[in-house]
Amino acid sequence: MLPVIRLGPLAVQTPGLILLAGLWLGLNLAERHTEGSEVNASDLSNLVIVGLIASLVGARLVYVLRYPAIFATSPLSIFSLNPGLLDLWGGIAAGLIAGVVYGQRKGMRLWSTLDALTPALAVFLVSLGVSHLASGAGYGAPTNLPWGIQMWGTVRHPAQVYEILAAAFILWAVWPGKPVLRIKWKGSSNQPPGWRFLSFLALTAACYLFLEAFHGDSALLPDGLRTTQIVALILLAASLWKMGEQLKRMPKETAKQSEI
Amino acid sequence: MIRDQVGMRVHLSSKWTIFSLVIFLAGVGWIWISRVPAGSAGSQFTAARQGFLAPDFSLQTLTGETVALSSLRGQPVLINLWASWCAPCRAEMPAIQRVYQDYQAQGFQVLAVNTTNQDDPGKATAFAQQLGLKFPILLDSNGIVGQQYQLQSLPTSFFVDGNGIIREVVVGGPMSEALLRVRVEDLFKDSR
Repeated sequence: MLPVIRLGPLAVQTPGLILLAGLWLGLNLAERHTEGSEVNASDLSNLVIVGLIASLVGARLVYVLRYPAIFATSPLSIFSLNPGLLDLWGGIAAGLIAGVVYGQRKGMRLWSTLDALTPALAVFLVSLGVSHLASGAGYGAPTNLPWGIQMWGTVRHPAQVYEILAAAFILWAVWPGKPVLRIKWKGSSNQPPGWRFLSFLALTAACYLFLEAFHGDSALLPDGLRTTQIVALILLAASLWKMGEQLKRMPKETAKQSEI
Repeated sequence: MIRDQVGMRVHLSSKWTIFSLVIFLAGVGWIWISRVPAGSAGSQFTAARQGFLAPDFSLQTLTGETVALSSLRGQPVLINLWASWCAPCRAEMPAIQRVYQDYQAQGFQVLAVNTTNQDDPGKATAFAQQLGLKFPILLDSNGIVGQQYQLQSLPTSFFVDGNGIIREVVVGGPMSEALLRVRVEDLFKDSR
């Protein structure tokens, strides 16, 4: 674990740095593979930047609205750099809305754009695992398995390592320019729009559904059910259903040459 | 020919539906099997980590009294590790003092642990007087608390609820006053 890197008097938060690096690398990979697709590389990077800025502003605004009395006593805190004063869901909603508005103005098609963004999301997922390793978040549940690691008073699953390995597998599976999920297509251009993104979503949801069982810090619902697993199952079902719909609409020649 | 092609699509689609159903049912089964057994949450272990019991310590204040963390069980506590030479520590202390003043009557306590092994007791005293700090300033003369709490950077703050569980760790600073107030109010909610 390395939550902080000390650079002289500065304490740099390692997890944040790793996530930024992941975002930059992912976006670079996605931009390099937009050639031949309907999506323009500069539109793609602008979309991400607009989404990020809107996410940050939205996350802070929603947080302020949640605690109006507190921010009224110290209004300067609205501009504080503390990441603890951000609302996750507010940020996600604001980022998505801004992204959709920007995409519509630029005439970007939804599924083609999501396909183009998939490599960036996959690289970001790897960096998320590495950032968890650095911060200690997402630690494992106690275990007796021989590969368990001593951590915080007991031997635990190396859950962050599982997470990184799963993310690396997903990145390999959705790597740009190759068929996804062993569906044999005549060429990558014959894949239905959204197939790469939906494959990424299904694989990610499946991995989180499986791996969350080895976590020691799961948010719990009644009866000990894990929230992440329930959300992952819903996303998995939705993505599989949508992929089925895409298969039904597949061009006839492509269907003939396809095989699950 | 057209019938063959349509048949191929239907075949592929029905295989996909069966595959999806199997995956979904396996997922439901896995969620049920991997439920968390009652009483196996992280809070039974002691560690300087969110969700765990805060490691206990006992230190002397600037005035020579001894304060133990365990003696404050039932009260929300902010443990703040600091040094007089640390600029962000100095920047956040006035906000901590204001929040302490506002919530002290409800039982909120601040333990400002001076990392005396890398500071000077005289400078720590001057620092507290200069900023008008009213909460206990504890002297970690041999760095034991710093080790227990795996101190990596100054300041570092631990928000501990009334059950002795660490609810949040903030590494670095300065913390804004709003962050402090929100977290203290959350501690009161968690302690109920």
